[in-house]
Amino acid sequence: MLLNKIPRAALAALAGAAACALAAPAHASQQADAEPVATDDAAPAKPEAQPQSPGDASHDLMPLRNGGRLLLTGGVSTIEGAGGGGLAPWALIGGYGTRDEFGAQAYGTGVTSEDFALVAYGVSANIGNRIELSLGRQNFHLQDVGKSLGLGNDFVISQTIIGAKVRLIGDAVLDQASLLPQISVGVQHKINDDKTVVGGALGLKRSGTDFYIAATKLFLDKNLLINTTLRLTKANQYGILGFGGLGGKDQAYKPTFEASAAYLVTRKLAVGAEVRTKSNRLQGALGGDSFREDTAYDLFAAYTLSRNVSLTAAYVDLGHIALANQHAAYLSLQVGF
Amino acid sequence: MISILLAFTLMASQPAAAEPPIADPSIKPHYPTLPVITQNEHLLEQFGGKDGLTALMDDAMNRWLANPRTRPFFEHADQARIKDLLVKQFCVVMHGPCTYDGRTMAEAHRGMNVSEGSFYALVEELQVAMNKRHIAFNAQNRLIAALAPMHRDIIDQK
Repeated sequence: MLLNKIPRAALAALAGAAACALAAPAHASQQADAEPVATDDAAPAKPEAQPQSPGDASHDLMPLRNGGRLLLTGGVSTIEGAGGGGLAPWALIGGYGTRDEFGAQAYGTGVTSEDFALVAYGVSANIGNRIELSLGRQNFHLQDVGKSLGLGNDFVISQTIIGAKVRLIGDAVLDQASLLPQISVGVQHKINDDKTVVGGALGLKRSGTDFYIAATKLFLDKNLLINTTLRLTKANQYGILGFGGLGGKDQAYKPTFEASAAYLVTRKLAVGAEVRTKSNRLQGALGGDSFREDTAYDLFAAYTLSRNVSLTAAYVDLGHIALANQHAAYLSLQVGF
Repeated sequence: MISILLAFTLMASQPAAAEPPIADPSIKPHYPTLPVITQNEHLLEQFGGKDGLTALMDDAMNRWLANPRTRPFFEHADQARIKDLLVKQFCVVMHGPCTYDGRTMAEAHRGMNVSEGSFYALVEELQVAMNKRHIAFNAQNRLIAALAPMHRDIIDQK
């Protein structure tokens, strides 16, 4: 039964990414004439004489030119659309844009566990390596659980996530002589569409806003990237199960903690692990452990297929969702400029 | 106890290479031009010694001349001199038997208005050149980590 859903989830993820990629054709076309940048092909092309005064080329926030930051240094797109790991947003600004440039990313992600499938897709913009704006969409397929609850064969809970992140201080990549990490603050406003279960049967709030602060440091001489994120949230299961407790109770913000460690294997490949705690405010609701939330963990590998395309695969232990531990396969395709 | 103190003293006193003199006193470097990052030549050996660095810079310069982001800074410059200075600088940084006779990074890049994108393009082409020479990835990163903080003396210097 699950197998039936996997290709669909994967296809939807790919379609999402493709649609996003197509939505930004200006990048591709304006790029075409320039930027044969840092390919690993055998010999560099012979330079052509081209009078140009040094340094004046890229100083007026040049949109639509291939962003100049190093491979993977914007992280990948989280399931919530922010630049980071798979689960945790990082202080890094997603996309390749430098301080003088705009950057953009689009992603499609499929996650399938024993009982559920999640499809996430979205876009993000990078303004001068200072501000990141993101728009993400998640479709959570209840599959057999939905069926057993009498919700039909393909009951889906969807939510939209509008995110913004600002880099406050530090440069995780350049400031190698300092221990100061790159520090950013971010906000994620989530709007859950489901009026049947989340807003209906459970009577939970369908929207909520998360606030987070993230600190990221690349220890380049150790090939190691470390991130920690502190989040204030009202969300249950990322917002898929709404916000706040049942019956209007337990509405206060609670802190959750997220951390990522990534080891750079090559310039193009990083492997790592993440952890993300939950606020677990629905445990005991409706009796027992039906809605208990657990800490999620993942092991990931991110690979850049080309400067603009990267692929992330992960094994995720989502912890307890709906009475059973959920172990998931995670696959994400991303394009970045 | 004494040996611990001695160890700390040794750690504290990095084998300082003398910084190049600054001709213009209005220039205040943010970071050393010659930050020696190791006490032995093992790292330099991973680059193939001074000869390896020379070959590396030959390839890197060709890549910088081919890349539209870095080309403007090199095409009308004395490329042989720049390569020679970079070999010496990297050699000194990796505790090699070389003497750097160029200027500080702050002085050398004044007025060049190097963008962050061009800076990264240079690093990335250098990474590709190092890969071509099969220099171990961690050795590459140790060198780049030593050079990256120079960004304050290189990027956007009017």
